Amino acid sequence: MDKKLGIYLCSGCHIGECLDMQALEKAALGECKAAVCKKHEFLCGREGLELINNDIKSEGVNTVVIGACSPRVNFDLFRFGDQVILERVNLREHVAWCHKPNDEDTQMLAEDYLRMGAIKAVKINFPEPYIAEGLTSKILIIGGGVSGLTSAFSAASLGTEVVLVEKQAELGGWVKNMHRQYPKAPPHAALEPTGLPELIDQVKKNSKITVYTSSTIEKISGEPGRFEITIKKADGTAVEKAASIIVATGWKPYDAKKLEHLSFGKHPNIITNVMMEEMVSSGRGIKTADGQRPKRIAFIQCAGSRDPNHLPYCSSVCCNVSLKQAMYCREQDPDSLVFVFYKDLRTPGHHEDFYRHAQNDAGTFLTKCEITNIDVKGNTLVVNAADTLLGKEISVEADLVVLATGMVPTALDEKVLHLAYRKGDELPQLKYGFTDSHFICFPYETERTGIYASGCARAPLDTDAARSDGTGAAMKAIQCADLISRGMATLPRFGDNTYPEMYMQRCTDCKRCTEECPFGAYDETAKGTPLPNPARCRRCGICMGSCPERIISFKNYNIEILSSMIKNFSVPDEFEEKPRILAFMCENDAYPAMDMAGLRHIEYNPHVRIIPVRCIGSVNNVLIADALSGGVDGILLIGCKHGDDYQCHFIRGSELIGKREGNLQETLQRLALEPERIKAVQLSINEYDRLPKLFSEYVEEITEMGFNPFKGM
Amino acid sequence: MNIKKGEFVVVGGGISGIAAAVEIAEFGNKVTLIEKEASLGGRVSKMSLYFPKLCPPYCGLEIYFKRIRSNPNIQIMTLSEVANISGTPGNFTVTVRQSPRYVNAKCTGCNDCVSACPVERPSDFDYSLSKTKAVYLPHELSFPYRYVIDDKTCPGAECGKCILACKYDAIDLGMKAESVELKADAVIVATGWKPYDAQKLTNLNYGKMSNLITNVMMERLAAPNGPTKGEILRPSDNKKVERVAFVQCAGSRDENHLPYCSAVCCTASLKQVSYVKEFNKEAQVSVFYIDLRVMGRNEDFLTKIKQHDGLKFVKGKVARITEDPDTKDVWVEAEDILSGAKHRERFDMAVLATGIEPSLSGEKTCLGEQDKYGFFGSGKDGIFHIGCCHTPSDVSACVKLANGAVLKAMQCVGGRA
Repeated sequence: MDKKLGIYLCSGCHIGECLDMQALEKAALGECKAAVCKKHEFLCGREGLELINNDIKSEGVNTVVIGACSPRVNFDLFRFGDQVILERVNLREHVAWCHKPNDEDTQMLAEDYLRMGAIKAVKINFPEPYIAEGLTSKILIIGGGVSGLTSAFSAASLGTEVVLVEKQAELGGWVKNMHRQYPKAPPHAALEPTGLPELIDQVKKNSKITVYTSSTIEKISGEPGRFEITIKKADGTAVEKAASIIVATGWKPYDAKKLEHLSFGKHPNIITNVMMEEMVSSGRGIKTADGQRPKRIAFIQCAGSRDPNHLPYCSSVCCNVSLKQAMYCREQDPDSLVFVFYKDLRTPGHHEDFYRHAQNDAGTFLTKCEITNIDVKGNTLVVNAADTLLGKEISVEADLVVLATGMVPTALDEKVLHLAYRKGDELPQLKYGFTDSHFICFPYETERTGIYASGCARAPLDTDAARSDGTGAAMKAIQCADLISRGMATLPRFGDNTYPEMYMQRCTDCKRCTEECPFGAYDETAKGTPLPNPARCRRCGICMGSCPERIISFKNYNIEILSSMIKNFSVPDEFEEKPRILAFMCENDAYPAMDMAGLRHIEYNPHVRIIPVRCIGSVNNVLIADALSGGVDGILLIGCKHGDDYQCHFIRGSELIGKREGNLQETLQRLALEPERIKAVQLSINEYDRLPKLFSEYVEEITEMGFNPFKGM
Repeated sequence: MNIKKGEFVVVGGGISGIAAAVEIAEFGNKVTLIEKEASLGGRVSKMSLYFPKLCPPYCGLEIYFKRIRSNPNIQIMTLSEVANISGTPGNFTVTVRQSPRYVNAKCTGCNDCVSACPVERPSDFDYSLSKTKAVYLPHELSFPYRYVIDDKTCPGAECGKCILACKYDAIDLGMKAESVELKADAVIVATGWKPYDAQKLTNLNYGKMSNLITNVMMERLAAPNGPTKGEILRPSDNKKVERVAFVQCAGSRDENHLPYCSAVCCTASLKQVSYVKEFNKEAQVSVFYIDLRVMGRNEDFLTKIKQHDGLKFVKGKVARITEDPDTKDVWVEAEDILSGAKHRERFDMAVLATGIEPSLSGEKTCLGEQDKYGFFGSGKDGIFHIGCCHTPSDVSACVKLANGAVLKAMQCVGGRA
């Protein structure tokens, strides 16, 4: 495409009172080579917008650079359709509002940003979406418990075809052994049927759903939109295709044999909550091993859960479950007595009503304590507890002891997906076998694109929560299929229809892209050459940052663009005593933080030049080397917080900066430059108040060190 | 893919409503997001950090806002409330009443009006811990990025200083309320929550002493963009806090107030313990609780917080809070259930973990049937209720229900329900 560049400068919002607009216009028409440059004091107003639209219509301007406010505002006004390339230069928040007005340094900053924006706009190409052959819209659901069944039924009700794979002979998962569920609706007093038979019936009757029971996944290859799935059945294999996958592989009870301190295995009348449920749902009634109805039943909460030696987390449902099972006991035999021993009674939300209902039952005793041990004395079991509410030790005799064992995600130690991915055959686990990633803001996401975790595979949940999880996960899976069919990225870069392109002739098979992609987008050929799966890509550009041969690029985001931006800001020679710091900055968090600093008119050092990047992990070392050999005095890499509580939207982009540092230091040694010339910083979006100090201290540090000797060379 | 496209209305622009609107629009559906306040973001935008990751809510909100910016299918109506819903799934008419903003679309966000405005008002964003002018930007991440005039404090045209200050003709003091009718295949209701009115807890004497605050105010004290720029200073004398009490179940689990458990306050207070310890490592902190309800993997967070020195958990419900008139310190009285002893202790400041009450509790509403506590059921017949107007939830649970509601809403296109 032949580009005709129009640059439009706004002098409103005090930009014009701070900057020499004539000089900016001169730079636009001169160095920026704009065919047209227009100034207006209210560019986002009707007249200003008309100015731009007229030039697009009558003058053939197809590349628009707007020097005005942040691209994060007025996005709806400066929208010129998908035939026009648009670049916003942030003269307001990043220049006029936070630097000295009519100052030489401020003016240099503005002109630098204008040149950087203009060259970027000129170098951007229109994206060509990646739409592969042979796409399907089918969804694969692994696990036929209540969560998977709900996903299947929900997806099918929108007309989506579903493949449901269940390893057991029957659908229903753990809930099929459940007699009743604890109340989910007001008045939260009476136990409810689980509704599972109806749900199974709906799934079985639905012509959109293909069910494989007694089946497991043998292999999954491919990418979102066209996963190839081999299913191992009792009598052979089946092959299916799917656009996206829901992992609803659920949980299993914590192995009670490990609970020696609670005497499990020492007497048949010490059972688990799961055994209790099976006993009741089988219709046998609650009996001790010798067939008697127990008169005194003790429930031991947190049997394994909240215990650093077993399950350090809380299994979320056991308190309510034990209250429910206490009701079973009391309903079977109103003369029986139930004792519940707990650390904290956890019945959140409306379940408090159910708890109150149990508290009002004269035959149910609830005791906060720490269990000391359980003694087996013939057929009498003695629960010994300390730290009770009365401050003393107690011993309670029982005929039957029920251990409220917790939930362990199936995927902790079982292979469920068998992905033919170079980066591993299962979903990466976040903690304790749970496989989600950004669990606060985007609960179903995993580290594999198009594969969503749902139900107890994601977190300990009750039946109600597992059902609603199933509905939400089905939505995400269908949405993924839809976006892929349109060639678009999934979360978080909605609307992005670029994808990484590789110039394979120069690939050296070093496999850094393969290793560093957080989403496992790259496999490799038999010869060991990276094999991209573009639909697995989230468009973060981390692979672009990883490649030492610089062969990975996006149409609108690549090393050439970033490198041209670097070359287009001024690097004054050492005699001018103006240092230059280049700050690569995460566009998701650090960049908005800069905007907020502008909004608050927080003044900071004018010698820093910002280049926003999709993820700090997308910054290639070659850009840093280029900048340093071009005389830039110091480089800041401002990314998101990493570690266990990472904030990086691409999981480990910011963490990779540290891992790549070895190579960077080599570069510095080669250039004979000090290691401090490169500095990685973690900054959260709300920490805009840290920016001035961060910049001024770094400029000071660099100034003390002395200017870059490459300056002016 | 051939999923039928439709039009939807989402009521409530907090995290639940934003998530629902953004997700449904990414299918190519049209959606209007209705928000009562002047900016999207709801309660979470006023929080300093989320538990258990201790990450700022702005981070996730900005990603949602970014997705809105790149999606022309989402229309946002602020200062708006639903007056009526009629029709059936696939064919609803939603009547929306929009209050005047007095600042029109020409606003560039230059802030000149604020400099000119002579009148101040308590900031609702900061729960009255700071002031704004009568014309103001709700907060730094305001979406939409447009100023608003509070007509309860603005003297109107007789002042008119903002009109003179605005170069862009963006102030319109004559703006009137408007009614708009929207078509919708389904409606998602996410009207959220409000903190329980602590003044109703008469034994705790909230409102009668300055160093007794609520948990939502604590969020503002800890926030870098809050009234103290993140320094936890007690309100009476701006003293750096050294002894802080957290009073759990302030209203919740109490049949005279909120009989249910608000589900998030325990973990939220643990988070606030970390604010205090981050600000002043030496601070002594006591948490008065009935049960510590820190569910699921958040247990790790409890384990982490418990490692702080100078932190004490007292199992017992606080019976009374009084002020020491000389020092403005607060006396917290509780029965320590574990020891049976009566516990009376002096603190610089006490924080009430006030519970979650549905925003529309006690109000007549056309948005659905409420239970005896004011919560909506999960919804049916094309109107779906999510987030804290349905049940007390943390952010993750809100987003999850929002995602599910999107699917249910899409089932209504063409009249299926």
